[in-house]
Amino acid sequence: MAAARDWTVAGVTAGFAAAAGLGLLLPDWLMNLTVVAFARALAVLGLMVLWRTGLVSFGHALYYGLGAYTVALLGKQFGISEILVTLPAATLLATAVGFLIGFIVRRYRGIFFAMLNLAFSMVLYGILVKTEALGSTDGFNVHPPSLLGYGPGDAGITLRGIFVLLCAAAWAAAILVHRYLQSTLGHLTTAIRDNEIRVEYLGYSVIRAIHGKYVMSAALAGLGGGFLAIALGQVDPDSMVNWTISGELVFVTILAGPGSVAAPFVGSMVYELIRSYAFEWLPHAWQLIVGVTLLGIIFFLPGGVWSLLARVARRGEAA
Amino acid sequence: MTQPLLEARRLNKSFGAVTAARDIDVAVAAHEVVGIIGANGAGKTTFVNMVTGWLKPSAGRILFAGQDITGRAPRDITRLGICRSFQVAQVFQTATVADNLLIALGIAEAGTGAGSGLRRLRRPDLAARVDALLARYRIADYRDQRAVTLPQGVRKLLDIAMAMVAAPRLLLLDEPTSGISSEEKFELMDIVMAALREDGVTVLFVEHDMEIVDRYVGRVLAFYQGEIICDAPPLQALADPRVKEFVIGEEHSSSGQGVGNAHR
Repeated sequence: MAAARDWTVAGVTAGFAAAAGLGLLLPDWLMNLTVVAFARALAVLGLMVLWRTGLVSFGHALYYGLGAYTVALLGKQFGISEILVTLPAATLLATAVGFLIGFIVRRYRGIFFAMLNLAFSMVLYGILVKTEALGSTDGFNVHPPSLLGYGPGDAGITLRGIFVLLCAAAWAAAILVHRYLQSTLGHLTTAIRDNEIRVEYLGYSVIRAIHGKYVMSAALAGLGGGFLAIALGQVDPDSMVNWTISGELVFVTILAGPGSVAAPFVGSMVYELIRSYAFEWLPHAWQLIVGVTLLGIIFFLPGGVWSLLARVARRGEAA
Repeated sequence: MTQPLLEARRLNKSFGAVTAARDIDVAVAAHEVVGIIGANGAGKTTFVNMVTGWLKPSAGRILFAGQDITGRAPRDITRLGICRSFQVAQVFQTATVADNLLIALGIAEAGTGAGSGLRRLRRPDLAARVDALLARYRIADYRDQRAVTLPQGVRKLLDIAMAMVAAPRLLLLDEPTSGISSEEKFELMDIVMAALREDGVTVLFVEHDMEIVDRYVGRVLAFYQGEIICDAPPLQALADPRVKEFVIGEEHSSSGQGVGNAHR
C-alpha cells in the first residue's frame, strides 16, 4: 500500500493563513467567538494527544486556568501587559506544574487518571474562589495587552491583533504536534493504549512516555488559557478553572476527533457555533442541543467532526 | 570454562506460602538452545519472569554476561540484551503488522540516544528493515493487516519478530507453540529457529510439547514444584524417571485414564 501523501503541513499552513486573513473581515461578535474557539482548541490539541494514548483528563481546566491567571496576575501585580512576556510565562508555569503533577498522575489509568486530574483542578478552583485578593468568584480584569510596547487602545483593533497572533501560535503548535505524532514517541500513543507490556519489553518506559505527553498537554492548555484571558479581558474561576470547563475541553476533544492536528480547531469552532446558536434559539435549554449533538457524534461519528471532513475529502479524491 | 551468558545463583521466589522457585542454580552458555519443561505451576514462567525483570526474586542473583541484573526493570534488561516473547502474543492490536515492527524498531532506536525518540518513524531505512523482518519471519503476506485480525500462528511469529528487533543476545520464548495446531507447529518452529540461528542468539524456551522439545533443543531443564529436577540433553531428560512421573505424566496415565498424555 503506497502511503498517501501527507497534506497536513500544507493544509494547516494554508488554513491558518486564510483564517488570519479572512478573520480580519469578520464582525466583532464572530471574531470574539473565533478567538475563544481557537484558544480552547490549543488545550484540546494536548488532550487529543492524551486521548490517543487512551487517557482522558477531567481536570485540564487546571492548566487552562493557570495560564489565564498568570497573564492576569502579571498585569495586576507587576503592570506587565507585554504579550511576548505574559504568554510565554503562562505556558511556562503550566508546564512546570504539569511536570510536577505528572509524577503522580502518570501511574494511573482510566477513571483514576481522569478523577485525579479533576481533584487537582478543584484544588486550584477552591483556592481561587476563597481568595478575596483575586476577586473570589467574580475574578478581576486583565490589563489591555501590548505587543513590543505598542498597545492599540481600540478594542476592535486589539481583538484582531490578538487573533493574528493566536493564528500564528496555533499554526506553530499544530505543526509541532504533527511532527511529534510522526516520531517514535508520537506513535507511542496508540501503542501504549494497545499494549503497555509490549512497550516496556521493547525497552521504553511507559510512565516516562506518558509524563512527556502530559507535560505537553499542560503547556498547550496554559498557552490557550493565556490567550483566553487576553481575549476576554477578564478572568474568573467559573469560566476558566471549574470542572465544567474541563468537561467542555473533553467534550470538544470527542466532538473534534483524534484524526488530525487540525481537528481541534475545526471541532472547537463547530462547538462554539452550536453553543451560540443554541443559546439564541433556546436560552433556557441550550445545553439540551449541545448534549444531543454529543450523542449524535458518539453514535454516528465516533471519529469526530474531522472524520466527516476526511470522508468528504476522500470522496472528492476518488471522484 | 568460559563465562556463561546467563547464570542463576540460588534463585528463590515465593508468593506468600507458595514457593514458585527454590534454589535454582543454572548456567547457560552462549549459543545454547535450552528447553524448559514442567507441569502447570512448576515455576517455568516464574523463572522467565524473574530473568526478564517482571518479578523480583525473593533471594538469589541473576547474572547476564557476568553483570548482576537481579531485580532490574524489564526495559533495562531489554536494553542489556535479553528479550522475550509471550505465551499470549503481546502485539499492538490496532496497528498493522508492518507498523507493529516499525514501532518496535523505533523504540529500539529511541534507546540509543537523547532525542532519537523524536526522529520521524516512516523513513526509508526503517521501512527496509521492516521488509527484511517480514520476509525472515514469513509474514509479508499479512503486512497491512491489523494485528487483531491475524491468525494465531502469524500473531506468534509477529510477537517473536518484535522481540528480536532489539537484537538481543538471549531470547526467552514462552510457549511459542501454544494455541497452534499440530500441523502448523513444526512449520512455525522451523521459521523461528532458522531466524534465531542466523542471528546467533541464545534461546531459552518454555514448552509443553515434548515433540518440539525433542526436535529443537540441545538441553532440557525440567521444573517441578519450583525446583530443577533434571538438567540434561533431551533424550536423556525425557527418559528420566522423575521427569516421566512429574512432567510428562506417564506414571499417572499408566495407572488410569491417560490424562496428561494429550501431547504424546
